[in-house]
Amino acid sequence: MSDVLRHLGTHYHYVIYIALMLIGLFAVLAKGNLIKKVIGLNVLQTAVFLFYISIGRKADGTAPVLWDQKPETIPYENPVPHVLMLTAIVVGVSITAVALALIIRIKRAYGTMEESEILVLDESDQQGSA
Amino acid sequence: MTLLTLLILVGLAVAAVRAHDLLAATAILGAYSLMMALLWCQMNALDVAFTEAAVGAGISTVLLLAALTRVGTQESLKYGHRLLRHPLRTMRSLVTELHEGDGRRSAIGAVLVCALVGAAMLYGTRDMPRVGDAGSPANTHPAVAEHYLNRSADEVGPANVVTSVLGDYRGYDTMGETVVIFTAALCVLLLLRHMGGRTRDE
Repeated sequence: MSDVLRHLGTHYHYVIYIALMLIGLFAVLAKGNLIKKVIGLNVLQTAVFLFYISIGRKADGTAPVLWDQKPETIPYENPVPHVLMLTAIVVGVSITAVALALIIRIKRAYGTMEESEILVLDESDQQGSA
Repeated sequence: MTLLTLLILVGLAVAAVRAHDLLAATAILGAYSLMMALLWCQMNALDVAFTEAAVGAGISTVLLLAALTRVGTQESLKYGHRLLRHPLRTMRSLVTELHEGDGRRSAIGAVLVCALVGAAMLYGTRDMPRVGDAGSPANTHPAVAEHYLNRSADEVGPANVVTSVLGDYRGYDTMGETVVIFTAALCVLLLLRHMGGRTRDE
């Protein structure tokens, strides 16, 4: 038990990232409103970014901008996660844009953006055609 | 300092997800992104901070606002999950509510999935290095991070190693990213092409 507590004490960053990710995941799963799902998706992805960036952290590190020609002596942060997350942020916005465009179409076609109402409309459509 | 920012972020995330007014949720999400940019600065990820502030807090918020002008800003309370509003009643009537079929959603499935995923990830942190461990495998791999830090000034040139990796060592990734943006722009254009007029039903 004390091992678990000590582990949580040294790894509390990860616990907070997981909490953030679960908040996003919960919104995606449980919220009926489609815009809310997109907001949850945004929260979820920032939690993943946090996870990646913290993998590249160094204690007392500094930004990976070479102001001295001796990198061995200065603990520059790992630049690789930074680059990957730069790309991921932009891709995330692309996903948001496409999702919002789809929501606008759904709202126009169904007159609602609530998941439950859309399902009810779909079911009554099928019954009507059968 | 980092811990304080992280806790503020958690609070903002909960507020963004819970707000019933979608306009408020969007504003809170913008604040969340800006706070995230501050956190990137604290974590020495300056380039990520720029991008988050410009793209996450800026463009994302604008996109959401633009969408809200077309779909309205009110989340239907009727179909909201009950757990957060009536925790006790939900706990008591979980089984009956699942079979009521009155259109209301029960959040128990989502809570179960979240609990399982969270437990699995917590278990996974057992094998993770501590945050800030300079000797972790990701930080000491001789062909990747160390090579970029030690050699990029000679091999590529810019003082900013992130720029060197983005534009040179991992240039194909960046090209793929622009392809994604192009595809997304194309999708949005095709989806919203005929949105100016009336729909066929009207």
